[in-house]
Amino acid sequence: MAFFLEALFGGLMAGMLYSLVALGFVLIFKASGVFNFAQGAMVLFAALAMARFSEWIPGWLGLEGRLIGNILAFIMAAALMFVLAWLIERLVLRHLVNQEGVTLLMATLGITYFLDGLGQTIFGSDIYQINVGMPKDPIFLFEGVFEGGVLINLEDVYAACIAALLVLMLSLFFQKTGTGRALRAVADDHQAAQSIGIPLNRIWVIVWFVAGITALVAGIIWGSKMGVQFSLTTVALRALPVIILGGLTSVPGAIIGGLIIGVGEKLSEVYLGPYVGGGIEIWFAYMLALVFLLFRPQGLFGEKIIDRV
Amino acid sequence: MFYRENGQFKTSYRNDQQIFPIAQDRWVILAIVAFAAIGVPLLADEYLFRAILIPFLILSLAAIGVNILVGYCGQISLGSGAFMAVGAYMAYNTYVRIEGMPLIPALLMGGFFATLVGVVFGIPSLRVKGLYLAVATLAAQFFCDWAFLRIGWFTNNTASGSVSVSNLSVMGWVINTPAEKYLFCLAFVVVFALLAKNLVRSAIGREWMAIRDMDVAAAVIGIRPMYAKLSAFAVSSFIIGVAGGLWGFIHLSSWEPAAFSIDRSFQLLFMVIIGGMGSIMGSFFGAAFIVVLPIFLNQFLPWAGSLVGLSVSTAAVSHTEFMIFGALIVWFLIVEPHGLAKLWSIAKQKLRIWPFPH
Repeated sequence: MAFFLEALFGGLMAGMLYSLVALGFVLIFKASGVFNFAQGAMVLFAALAMARFSEWIPGWLGLEGRLIGNILAFIMAAALMFVLAWLIERLVLRHLVNQEGVTLLMATLGITYFLDGLGQTIFGSDIYQINVGMPKDPIFLFEGVFEGGVLINLEDVYAACIAALLVLMLSLFFQKTGTGRALRAVADDHQAAQSIGIPLNRIWVIVWFVAGITALVAGIIWGSKMGVQFSLTTVALRALPVIILGGLTSVPGAIIGGLIIGVGEKLSEVYLGPYVGGGIEIWFAYMLALVFLLFRPQGLFGEKIIDRV
Repeated sequence: MFYRENGQFKTSYRNDQQIFPIAQDRWVILAIVAFAAIGVPLLADEYLFRAILIPFLILSLAAIGVNILVGYCGQISLGSGAFMAVGAYMAYNTYVRIEGMPLIPALLMGGFFATLVGVVFGIPSLRVKGLYLAVATLAAQFFCDWAFLRIGWFTNNTASGSVSVSNLSVMGWVINTPAEKYLFCLAFVVVFALLAKNLVRSAIGREWMAIRDMDVAAAVIGIRPMYAKLSAFAVSSFIIGVAGGLWGFIHLSSWEPAAFSIDRSFQLLFMVIIGGMGSIMGSFFGAAFIVVLPIFLNQFLPWAGSLVGLSVSTAAVSHTEFMIFGALIVWFLIVEPHGLAKLWSIAKQKLRIWPFPH
């Protein structure tokens, strides 16, 4: 039982991070109808920027403290994500307005490749560390209930708290601010939003920026866990089934879908893996998504916007 | 002036419906094929065969397959690498496990199994399309990557996980030197390109295009979406599977699942986008472009760097390659969605009325 709980918690933590990446997908899809394949590349790019800036900035300014360096690096990386969002809107999306979803998907594939190349050209292609001072000690829970307790990484708990905080802030931003209301209006109906004077182009920049920030947070959490490296981009591929499961247009869906996929992957790997030779977490999520596509294409919480054939 | 169809009168339906209605086109294509079959083996050296010509031929075959699905039928696929893998591994299994199995039927069997897998993973296309379908085909990619890595049966239980073939021969003709390999691939590509070209001109090809342009309208005029889509998946994955078999048997001769990873799928999709969606000719352009560009950059960038006094590392070259590919994809999608093939046909159109454009 303790072993089961450990696997469960491990899955939940991994799922939390999938949710963060999936959140970026959902935000952009809701606001602009673009299925942003580049979210994974944005995670890598943001994480690289964060890792390298936190190395460089103390050197440039002659600062000592790690905290101030990290804060400045975060601000710089966020600014970079804003520039990126602006450039993507300006150079790509603006020219592809009203194109089919598939064309836009392929355009984001192009952006993915470009960002992968650009990030590694500017920031280098080694493995970098992000150290934001998250504690790495393991802790034991429920020691009274089970023999030996349940082992949990404190870092994961912090990561989960940060992710929850981000989701909270995002929902506040969407529900309580004017910009958030404009974003929701655009998500509801592009034309209606435009006709009452909401500038679509600016909204797209904002939403790509917000997705960039979630990518940055996801990148920092993953990066401090396993180092910033090229394999971060595969995280995005792991997060694709999450949005199919949760529904492309649903923020709660992205979160719950992420948790389900994270737990499902872990438990299936632990309990089914040994029978089929291991490594099934690579495709487990995709098979789950395939089943959903066949029987419930709108996902758990999504709207039925799929045009049936 | 010299490229003009004036005076070429079609006196029978047969004449009217040939693949290249203009005589000059026919001559040029015949000349190109003849040169590829006779001239190139005499002129090219081993490096050219190994690094450029053989990969180009095989990848253009695969690109034709992808183009049938993506360009003609409008169903996006990110799992082409998986279908190539199925073709390669199943061809390997039929070749190794069945005593005295000839090479060509083994490759075709690989294509047949790729067809089966393609149809199975094409079934979601009956309910969903676009981005959703992309995820379904990604499922094929990841599942096949895993299956060929972990299930021992596919690799004949080799300890290293990589499989290899040797002593390839067709009816006593031993395929050994690069030139022979090249000719073998060329024969496959010519036959399959001809088949594909005729297929997309036929009733079934028009059904695919109708589905691509507007599926509801196509269904209204009596095209069965299920039949059209699944046939596109079947034909496309058959061709991709055969290309995968060639890639494994002829080009690599010893391979691992990583040879058919998701990067291969993206590469094939890029060939189709850059070459031209919905064009057999475009598949060749796209394949040529994507095979040659990295080699060109590898030579050119260090040279350009040395001009301005910079030393360019291999890593930098590969990153630049990523950036150029990404930028080109976006550029083509915005500026010329029909790719290089469209530029080609524009050039031909200009040439037809040259030098008196009015």
